[in-house]
Amino acid sequence: MLDSSALFSLGLSLQVASAATVFVVVIGVTAAYFLASRDFKGKEMVDILFTLPLVLPPTVTGYYLIILFGRNGAIGRFIYEWTGWTIMFTWYAAVLASFVVALPLMIKTARAAIESVDKNLINASYTLGHSRTGTAMRVILPLAKKGIIAGGVLSFARAMGEFGATLMLAGNIPGKTDTMPLAIYSVAGSGEWSGAHAMVAVFTLISGTLLYIANRFGKRMI
Amino acid sequence: MGLSVSLKKKVNGFSLDVEWEIGDELAVLFGYSGAGKSMTLQAISGLMEPDEGTIRIDGTVYFDSAAKINVPAQLRSCGYVFQDLALFPHMTVRDNIRYGASGLKKSEREEALIKMMSAFRLNGLENRLPSEISGGQKQRVTLARALIRRPGLLLLDEPFSALDNPVRAEMRKILSDIRREFTIPVILVTHDMSEAYSLADRMIIYAGGKVVQAGVPSEILHSPVSPDVEALINPPGFIRPSGDAFSFLPLPISS
Repeated sequence: MLDSSALFSLGLSLQVASAATVFVVVIGVTAAYFLASRDFKGKEMVDILFTLPLVLPPTVTGYYLIILFGRNGAIGRFIYEWTGWTIMFTWYAAVLASFVVALPLMIKTARAAIESVDKNLINASYTLGHSRTGTAMRVILPLAKKGIIAGGVLSFARAMGEFGATLMLAGNIPGKTDTMPLAIYSVAGSGEWSGAHAMVAVFTLISGTLLYIANRFGKRMI
Repeated sequence: MGLSVSLKKKVNGFSLDVEWEIGDELAVLFGYSGAGKSMTLQAISGLMEPDEGTIRIDGTVYFDSAAKINVPAQLRSCGYVFQDLALFPHMTVRDNIRYGASGLKKSEREEALIKMMSAFRLNGLENRLPSEISGGQKQRVTLARALIRRPGLLLLDEPFSALDNPVRAEMRKILSDIRREFTIPVILVTHDMSEAYSLADRMIIYAGGKVVQAGVPSEILHSPVSPDVEALINPPGFIRPSGDAFSFLPLPISS
């Protein structure tokens, strides 16, 4: 059904989405925990900053990432000076783009799950002599587990579907950075409809399955 | 020895301003809902910071606004039983109780756990989740969890209000057993008069964020300081024990 280049794209998409999801879960859950349970200066700003990629056009997100991580970017410049390497047009760039656009979904879902944990249970844990970190690890996160898993699956699905920021940051290099959405764009653009049909069908099936799994874990979805 | 409390706290237009002292005895905080009883427990346990005041237990200062001392809840030795019990739903009975033993040495933990399980008649329920046991059993797990590390103080926030009468009677019995085993101040918040009478060594009557009267139950019953206190301690349905008999013959009367 899928030819070898389409299979490569599918494999690359799964690889990119898996790598991005690892970072999304670790950083997203940590950020969600602090946003849900602590009050600090600039909290609202942090929340907006993390949420922006959800509403910005992916091309704008991609543009910011180029400004930050491009060869002449604010951070990318130093990486290039020290190592002679740039993330631009590598599969790591696709991971970075997917990470940034998928992160808000994780934070929103995990934060809602963490905030729904009964405050009395947290207080009970404190009065039983457990620290804030201990309470987070043994009470809050285990009780928010379903929401966190749902957020992780949703983020994976979103990372799989990332197109705009990936195109700007990683390019669309056949056999190197053409993830499934980019490959579909190329194939459709050159009028190879039968190949496009198959890829679109496979992609829809995967995304639908992921949403089904996410719904099974999270009661309410965004 | 004992607990001394002096607190001032303003929250959302409500103002708590109380001062009292108890020994290693059972004190009942009595009053209508919203009088500041639960808030007092939260302040003693360290879950809420008072605006001003001091909290001392056996000479150890937990809170002193003047000296800027505020020991965090984690480091105060308070067993706290919440109104809704707050058992961890994802942990078994054994793990819930063991969670309270974190302050003990590893070697002592298992022994203490076995002792608590049998003292609170929980043997056989070790691997059940809180959702799989009865209301009375949940109460016993909560008490075992609060007491396993032998706290210096026990705070009970209306712990029996959700129970049927026979189970309440059983819990009162357990509470007297606890008092034989642990000589610590116990503070029980309730608005059930018969419960207060049958359990209290000392009653502290709250109204509108202030202590309106404090003393042994018989004294309060005989000479309430105001008509308001009199109305409060003689709720409809409460049958007043006659003569002096009540001071040593508690009458648990269902409401």
